[in-house]
Amino acid sequence: MSGEQLIDILKKAFGDKITGQNLEAIDPWIEVSPDGLVEVCKFLRDGDTKLNFLNSICVVDYLETDEKKAKKVTWEPHLEVVYHLSSISSKLTLVLKVMLPRWKDDEPGNIPEIPSVFPVWSTADWHEREVYDLSGVRFTGHPNMRRILCPEDWVGYPLRKDYEMPLEYHGVRGR
Amino acid sequence: MAEYLSTWIVEAGWDGWGWLAYLLVALVYAALLLNVIAVGAVVFIWMERKISGRIQDRLGPTRTGGKFGWLQTLADGIKLLSKEDLMPGEADSFLFKVAPYVAFAAGFSAFMALPFSDGWVALHLNIGIFFLLAVLGMEVFGVLLAGYASGSKWSLFGAMRQAAQTVSYEVPLGMCLVIPVMICGTMDLVSIGNQQSGLFTNWLIFHDPFTFMIFWVYFACGIASVNRAPFDLAEAESELVAGFLTEYSGIRWSLFFMAEYGSMFLVSGLAAILFFGGWNGPFPIFGIISEATGWSLESGVFATIARFGGLINFITKGVLGVTVMIWIRWSFPRLRIDQVITMCLKYCVPIAAFCFIGVLFWTGIVMPNVNSMLSIEAPSNHEDYTGRANIREGWVKDVDYTVSQHELSLAKKAGPKVLPEAEDDDAQEGDDDKKDGEQVEGNPDEPKVEVEVNKAAFNNLNNNASQPLLAQQESLSKKGAN
Amino acid sequence: MATAENSQTVEFDVRTDEMLVNMGPQHPSTHGVLRLVLRTDGEVISETTPHIGYLHRCAEKIGENLTPRQWVPYTDRMDYLAGMNMNLGWSLTVEKLMKYDLPDKARHTRVIISELNRIASHLVGMGTYGLDLGSFSPFLYAFREREKILDLLEDVCGARLTYSYITPGGMTADLPKGWTKKCNEFLDQFLPVIADYHALLTTNAIFVKRTANVGVMSAEMAIDYGCSGPVLRGSGVDYDLRRDGEERYTSLYDGYAFEVIVEKDGHYPKDHDYPNVPTDAVLGDSWHRFYVRMLEVIQSMDIIRQGIDFYESATGDWGTPMKISTKLPKGEAYLETECPRGQMGFYIVSDGTGPIPFRVRARSSCFSNLSVAPELCKGILIADIPSIIGSLDVVMGEIDR
Repeated sequence: MSGEQLIDILKKAFGDKITGQNLEAIDPWIEVSPDGLVEVCKFLRDGDTKLNFLNSICVVDYLETDEKKAKKVTWEPHLEVVYHLSSISSKLTLVLKVMLPRWKDDEPGNIPEIPSVFPVWSTADWHEREVYDLSGVRFTGHPNMRRILCPEDWVGYPLRKDYEMPLEYHGVRGR
Repeated sequence: MAEYLSTWIVEAGWDGWGWLAYLLVALVYAALLLNVIAVGAVVFIWMERKISGRIQDRLGPTRTGGKFGWLQTLADGIKLLSKEDLMPGEADSFLFKVAPYVAFAAGFSAFMALPFSDGWVALHLNIGIFFLLAVLGMEVFGVLLAGYASGSKWSLFGAMRQAAQTVSYEVPLGMCLVIPVMICGTMDLVSIGNQQSGLFTNWLIFHDPFTFMIFWVYFACGIASVNRAPFDLAEAESELVAGFLTEYSGIRWSLFFMAEYGSMFLVSGLAAILFFGGWNGPFPIFGIISEATGWSLESGVFATIARFGGLINFITKGVLGVTVMIWIRWSFPRLRIDQVITMCLKYCVPIAAFCFIGVLFWTGIVMPNVNSMLSIEAPSNHEDYTGRANIREGWVKDVDYTVSQHELSLAKKAGPKVLPEAEDDDAQEGDDDKKDGEQVEGNPDEPKVEVEVNKAAFNNLNNNASQPLLAQQESLSKKGAN
Repeated sequence: MATAENSQTVEFDVRTDEMLVNMGPQHPSTHGVLRLVLRTDGEVISETTPHIGYLHRCAEKIGENLTPRQWVPYTDRMDYLAGMNMNLGWSLTVEKLMKYDLPDKARHTRVIISELNRIASHLVGMGTYGLDLGSFSPFLYAFREREKILDLLEDVCGARLTYSYITPGGMTADLPKGWTKKCNEFLDQFLPVIADYHALLTTNAIFVKRTANVGVMSAEMAIDYGCSGPVLRGSGVDYDLRRDGEERYTSLYDGYAFEVIVEKDGHYPKDHDYPNVPTDAVLGDSWHRFYVRMLEVIQSMDIIRQGIDFYESATGDWGTPMKISTKLPKGEAYLETECPRGQMGFYIVSDGTGPIPFRVRARSSCFSNLSVAPELCKGILIADIPSIIGSLDVVMGEIDR
């Protein structure tokens, strides 16, 4: 199945929930709106694509902290949640992207929300917890949205570009 | 010895101080046995390290104390002694401190009834096996106390596992021990050992196929009883950190270790006595020499040498058993607790019961043994009887008719002789012999004949408790000779 | 209390409390600093909660501050038992972004080296698994052989654990002279040793008892939880990235003949003398996961032999390692490789402004493999925990990154 075919199928099924695509990239990707994510994932898993294997979930924080460079960049600051999917049976791979604002309602500290794909792939449990822990995205509908790698009382989201290491943590010097 | 000393004290004019002799002798015995455990543990730990090293393509200790690292264990011991005495805050301090001693004392007291050679036993009990089994079971209390008192969950798991394991292995272990007892007709370990004298074909493991089978069951249960791999569930370092030992360190920890190595030797020693002829070598060298030269095996220098030979035999067999345990430990993974219980209760118990019945029939219908099948003439002083099972101890109420008949015929052969009256503290051998003798004498059916022992008929005869009357006579005659 | 009215309740009044037990982070059989909180009723476990992160270094954040070449040593420290495979994964990902193609000789060198490291890694996995089950000797037998592999790898790059040998663009150096001969000698003497492992573990009655039918994971469950590598294949899923992966990775193995180690129609590929599957083993249990690893060792040996033949006649050199200051093109690339413990994925995003990537992500195989543990460790005995966790063969350095 080629990329165009897949996009046609998806657009037919989900309409404007498929918000964008890039088939020329090294790994072609499809952009999905947050509210249609779970349905699209279910469709991709159970449909002809049989993308039954969730490799990874990660977030890229598009924010340029360097002021000189920030003038040159072409994008607005935002978060990209990237889902890497593959299929055991058809050897197909796919990248899904969801664009999110860096902060919900532009309130710094109020982390954005996205529906959890835990009902689709169980492995999303830990991956989403990791994303929540390191990049600060809350997955609604996740049964156990806690930090996983950092301590539970850790402050901040280390993989955010504007993250600053705390000066001290429980008496341990941070930086 | 105690009797001798006490008379000596009395003769010296220290009336009322006879108990001192008993105390002295007890101390000597205790010191000797303590050294067996302590030195044994030192040697076994060194051995374990060397053997495991060789099994695993390593060298083991090589530096401490010369080329072979002889002193490694001693150095470790000193290190352990110098360690800080730690106790967890949540521990029950009294029980925590007492537990290692309970475990150690149990292993130690079991050694009291273990004969190291013919008659060389601290406490000659006619219920030796029974005592050993009971006291060996006490060691579990040490583990349970340690696990409970440590105040750690891992320790508690270890203790609970130990409890479950004990319940499962004690049953087949007891059944395995019953079989040699049934064949020999006695619980006296010295007597059981002596009944296997002569060629190695007289050893109980070669008695019949069932005893051969039951030995392996016994050895498996024995390993379980000393908590060695693959049954070291109470310790299980990969599951329970260190089980009941988790919170122990320093000298308390090493006491548990000494108890473990002590009971390892105890279990293998018991196996040697019950199945491998105890202190009797595969060939009766001393018996042959005695026959050729006429030197007595009962008393005198040659008898002492013979017993030393027996001691070496016994220790060799015991150490071999320990070596096999070490070998097994470093080869096998550990079983799971339910699998241990299944193995003991679902397999070992039926096998033991089957073997028990098998042995019962085998001896009952007098099946051929190795000697007759290979037509070996294995000289043994006990083949005079129609079968081992025909011997009964005095404490069995009805004395077997054949025994009394046999004794009667022997007595007639020897001819009557009036003996001087025996005084209590004159008997040089253990006093249970005498008790048995008295009981037999008290039996109204028993013909009261006092005999001088016919040495020619019983050239190798030992102080066998199963022949109470004769034994007493013998001792008396010895006294006369002295 | 024992009145006539509530005599019934008295009978059931005796109850046992559930106990919360911390297994780890300091525990002999949790392979490092994994902490499992067990809720147990006696020995029976009703709930297992893994707590990870004790080794978290946020290597991904470090990657955002270093050039790809500089980040190679950090990949070594993820799965520190298979550093070469980690290097390979990262190098291929960067090469994918740079659209760089390797010379032939470098390709075969990479195959030989990564497969050799796979053997070393599986040997540790096998040895420590024996240790988890209370069998000490196989561990040292495994380490004895692993030591020889480490010697070989030391000859290649000078390091024994953290190699940084395979870098974006190729290798830091060619294989030393005479190395292939040494490697062949090792393989020749290693093959008979595997029979010892099978005797001590794979076919050992106690070992089979402890592992067969323990921690059974169906193929659907394995896929659902994102398990990969021997854990996935142990459940009977025919999937190996060396055959099914992306072109850039599978092209390394072009021309190599190997069969994916997976049970098909009740039996494993039989090109060597393997012990049979015991009757109590169920597909997807700890025994099968272990067995797949054992067979992969021999499979890797075959691949290395072929690789050495290819290498001897290959053209080209060992590649041109990328310079630290090489500017990255704008774009993003994700690539997964088949590491000893599963599919290790690297994701690199570059904004095209310099040599430092915008975002680096490492998808850990053990992370997903371990996430299935709470599901497997339910209603089992405490003694089964090492049996299951050991069969997943986790390395905490990779999980926590």
